[in-house]
Amino acid sequence: MTEENLTTDTAQDAPPPPPQQEEASPLRLVLTLGIAGALAGFLIVFVYVATLPIITANKAAELREAIQLVLGAPDQFDTLFVVDGELREELDAGQAPEDFDQIYPGYRDDGTQIGYAIQAAEFGFQDVVRLIFGYDAETQEILGMLVLEHKETPGLGDKIVKDLAFVGQFVETTTPVAGVKVGAGTGAENEIDMITGATISSRAVIRIINNALERLNPMIDAYSGGGSR
Amino acid sequence: MRVTTPQQDFTRGIWRENPVLIQMLGLCPALAVTNTVVNAIAMGLATFFVLTGSSLLVSTFKKLIPNQVRISTYIVIIATFVTVIDMTLQAAVPDIHKELGAFIALIVVNCMILGRQEAFASKKPVGRSLLDAAGTGIGFMIALLILGTFREILGSGSVLGFSLFGSNFEPWVVFVLPPGGFLTIGFVLLGLNAYRKRRDERATALSPAVPQEEAA
Amino acid sequence: MNNLLLILISAMVVNNFTLFYFLGLCPFMGVSGRVETALRMGAANLFVLTITSICAWFLYAFILPAAPYLRLISFIVVIASSVQIVEIAIKKISPALFRALGIYLPLITTNCAILFFAIQSTNKGYGFIESLFYAWGAGLGLTLALVLMASIREDSELVTVPEVAKGTALTFIIAGCLSLAFMGFAGLLSAS
Repeated sequence: MTEENLTTDTAQDAPPPPPQQEEASPLRLVLTLGIAGALAGFLIVFVYVATLPIITANKAAELREAIQLVLGAPDQFDTLFVVDGELREELDAGQAPEDFDQIYPGYRDDGTQIGYAIQAAEFGFQDVVRLIFGYDAETQEILGMLVLEHKETPGLGDKIVKDLAFVGQFVETTTPVAGVKVGAGTGAENEIDMITGATISSRAVIRIINNALERLNPMIDAYSGGGSR
Repeated sequence: MRVTTPQQDFTRGIWRENPVLIQMLGLCPALAVTNTVVNAIAMGLATFFVLTGSSLLVSTFKKLIPNQVRISTYIVIIATFVTVIDMTLQAAVPDIHKELGAFIALIVVNCMILGRQEAFASKKPVGRSLLDAAGTGIGFMIALLILGTFREILGSGSVLGFSLFGSNFEPWVVFVLPPGGFLTIGFVLLGLNAYRKRRDERATALSPAVPQEEAA
Repeated sequence: MNNLLLILISAMVVNNFTLFYFLGLCPFMGVSGRVETALRMGAANLFVLTITSICAWFLYAFILPAAPYLRLISFIVVIASSVQIVEIAIKKISPALFRALGIYLPLITTNCAILFFAIQSTNKGYGFIESLFYAWGAGLGLTLALVLMASIREDSELVTVPEVAKGTALTFIIAGCLSLAFMGFAGLLSAS
């Protein structure tokens, strides 16, 4: 009697297993997974096709808004692709837009160019900071700055977004930008007062802009000097 | 197997067997996205959708799924729902989608969902499975709301973006940062333990006296 | 090389997967208690992450461009298979280790850290080598968190803990303190 209690086989206590618990044929297994996969795929593709236009439109609207903000409301803008160290208006067949950096020249209605909207990203304090800024190549001035993505500390580093006074300083600042602690500046055209308590995040923003311009200025000169391609 | 009423199937997941606070499942999203109440609600709703949808499908087709591939099939079903809700959120509320980020996709490895399929939906009729899933989903949402409210009030001085204390409030920033997530749930569990301990003590005090009680 | 080191150190301490992103909490709460087990768990995770990194990159480079919506499902399949492979490999190489890890090995499949790694790696557009360094940073970070928690819990068994705090409540508060400590690493990688 006791041996029955000691066995780990509790099948004696459970009700007889229903028929479908028997070993199913390999074909049945493959079929089940195949059908489940196919139905899943169908549903996913359906929702994908339905949502793709909305998602693309959202992204385009977000970019357009950002460009409006940093270039002082241009009436229209184009896209230039950074390919192999030079700016090009169009890509060759087979090249996907997502693979290349893009900058956006903005124009007024009468055709005059306001400047370029440039995106850049580098490591900040906690993680990567991504921003967009407007740049006037003729006067070499920044026209505006907007932080798009960041993971900086709330209440401290995130002031690079929330402190509008800081953000506003970038307008009409000459380049390369120099960051100075509050009160230590000489009043030069290219100085930005950094945020107290968020020096590293502020420096990161300034560094990102300077590095991007260092990279792009030769290309912009070549592009506008040599005429459009 | 214990026979349970529909009502029990529903209410069990809400508090007594709360998936996050009692069963300790689904901790990753519970801590990661509760830095604001809005994010907590969004994650709760997304998980609710995936949970009920998966339970519905698993329970409907349970007789057709062979035993050997059941886990894989459940995962395919859950992953499909997660992909669908991910794309839907990205289209409908892109800002919230950006805040939740990769954690929406992580719903698929939330042990709570797979656990419910394995323990319940694969064996019970559709109606009961739906009740069970709904109850668990609501319990998950409640846990997230508790954590989110704590963290947002203390860490930002606001609820749902509405400032509660005015501009003189110095927010306790750590609570919207990662350490705050850990500390919040630690203290919530502490409170829960204290409450249960007191409740159990009261229950034993009221029940017919047992000889050991004298020594205690 | 600079960039690769940045990726590794960032994933390992500055944005530690467990203490910053709340990933891998199931093993973190459960396995921790003995440093030995924590080290082995971390090593197993690191191995699975490496395999996942390689497979995910191939998927991302060659198959997903045609069907981006299949990313989640294909990653899950890759992860589940990697865990199976690691399980079989460990069983062959070291049966003792296999028995020591027990149930925790298959649980790596539901470890959100692995899936999060795969998704983040593709979101950031990492190449093959960058993805590997990211995987190693993540794996080392997970191991670090596990070992730290295990050693603290080993010691905490020797002190008196209030009844209400025993168990997971205490573990979470310890984790909170660890996370707070790791916040000190922020800013480590900022160039001046």
